[in-house]
Amino acid sequence: MTKKILAYIDHFHGKAQPSSWEGVGLAAAIAGDSGGEVAALVLGEGIGELAEAAIHHGADQVFLAEDPILKDFRPEPLADMIKKAAESYQPDLILFPTTTRGRTLAGMAAVDLNTGVMVDVIDLDWSGDEIIATRPIYAGKLLAKLVCSTTPQIITLRTRAFDKPEPDTGRTGTVTALEVGLDPGAVTTSIASIKEKAEGISLSDASVIVSGGRGVALNPSLEAPGDLDEEAADVWRAEQGFALVGELADVLGAAVGASRAAVDAGYIIYDHQVGQTGKVVSPDLYIACGISGAIQHLAGMRSSKVIVAINKDQDAPIFNFARFGVVGDMHAILPPLTEALKAYLNQ
Amino acid sequence: MKIIVCVKQVPDTAATMSVENGIISWGDAPLIINPWDEYAVEAALNLVADQGGDVTALCLGKEGETEAIKHALAMGADTAVMVSDPALKGLDNVSASRVLAAAIEKIGDADLVLFGQQSVDTDTGLLPVQVARVLGWPSLTLVSKFESIAADDGKIQVLRTMEEGGQVVDAPLPAVVSVTKDYAEPRYPSFMGIRKASKAEFPKWGLADLGIEAPTSSVSWPEVLEPEQKEIVTEIIPGDTPEEKAQNLVDKLIAEKVL
Repeated sequence: MTKKILAYIDHFHGKAQPSSWEGVGLAAAIAGDSGGEVAALVLGEGIGELAEAAIHHGADQVFLAEDPILKDFRPEPLADMIKKAAESYQPDLILFPTTTRGRTLAGMAAVDLNTGVMVDVIDLDWSGDEIIATRPIYAGKLLAKLVCSTTPQIITLRTRAFDKPEPDTGRTGTVTALEVGLDPGAVTTSIASIKEKAEGISLSDASVIVSGGRGVALNPSLEAPGDLDEEAADVWRAEQGFALVGELADVLGAAVGASRAAVDAGYIIYDHQVGQTGKVVSPDLYIACGISGAIQHLAGMRSSKVIVAINKDQDAPIFNFARFGVVGDMHAILPPLTEALKAYLNQ
Repeated sequence: MKIIVCVKQVPDTAATMSVENGIISWGDAPLIINPWDEYAVEAALNLVADQGGDVTALCLGKEGETEAIKHALAMGADTAVMVSDPALKGLDNVSASRVLAAAIEKIGDADLVLFGQQSVDTDTGLLPVQVARVLGWPSLTLVSKFESIAADDGKIQVLRTMEEGGQVVDAPLPAVVSVTKDYAEPRYPSFMGIRKASKAEFPKWGLADLGIEAPTSSVSWPEVLEPEQKEIVTEIIPGDTPEEKAQNLVDKLIAEKVL
């Protein structure tokens, strides 16, 4: 039986990754069925508010370690602290969100605690003797069911795969300060500088995504400035196309995605790529604009709840996966679509 | 400087995957180097061009799974090592990292171990951090840029990406780095490179060569399945003009409570 569950709260300088709360919510659900308890682990500096938030989201107790050595994301001291916490609390199960940091720390914890780790899990069955985790492999073309024979079991949860609990500010719990006691001299890495990007909606967290493909550059009615060579003119046209994608995304509060073809052509940076060698997403609504639907792209988005395809080629494979299809030029469809949505949402 | 690049053989990303009698199948799709690993090989070759030294491609896999090594050699890696042993069946990622770490120690004197950010088959992205942890070296994951490297002084500075942006990290060598697609387009192997790689001889090490026992794996896969195909009925939105189509789509999305 899974009695003691430890949920790791991933954050950057005190700002939690929202998927951390999905882990606390899942831990509470498992504990509710097994008569177990939920502890949250919060590591950093000046992050006491996160301990409160963890309780509000469902933790019974919080282990809080605050020290300058834990302030920045340096995996080695953070992993050392996770090991200490796990050895003293002896959890049966440790949950991490599948963020860049959560994935790293979960992998290290599995080595340190001599156990196994199941990554990017989308479904968990704790009804039987052993926990069965389901995770996508081959970018979701297949699913694997996994079991772990050692404890603690370590699992990272895919963002948005589990419900996020509503915080209850009336909930109470205990906060236990952990002694850190790590040797600063033993930490060999240092952070020279941090480049924060403009705050936007990340693809993994987004409930709506508007994506552009090669079609963003194919607007025949657009005359590129004369001083550009062919390749630069192509990128210029693509930028105008992605501006239309961005305006629609703004109205919907959506993240902007892209196909590999659009990224490889230099139309948009890789950060936006959805697909097998990009991000795998499953929003409530995915609007694919000028994307034909290569198998690598489909692997990255076909678990979206509702897919809308806008493409001028009525035979494009993307239409086979779309709930709604609009056959037409995205450059002609997107402006009135943005206006119509704006009119509806402003009502 | 001495760089080891870990590479893996995978089915082509265009493959349609299926499960037949519990066994994963990719039909007749070609086997290729894990596409993410090409960025790591590219980085290794550029670093060595700049700093001097040599590049060794290291692959853990079943006997004969040499496509990744051959591609790395064709791109320009100097040497390669294949680690393969019948006792290494059903390894989980922790066990795989212990085997790779043993191979890295046997190769010896590495300043840098590079990985792609993850493999396109199991998609865990864990080996870079786990190998680093086993070796006791810093792990610098999701690196898009090498800001500076001084092999003689044993120092490296990299840009590591995170959800919130990036951070520039200073670390001592040896270190383990995973390279993202933002780094640079990988080169195509030259004709001469491909010829050289096709004839290349490289050592194949088993557990006895590494001087370790087969590690015990905690995680197993009792079942692999094809995802249930959602029954999708595609509705083509009617309309004579783009404006009509746009309005009809919005009406549909409202009616189906998507908005």
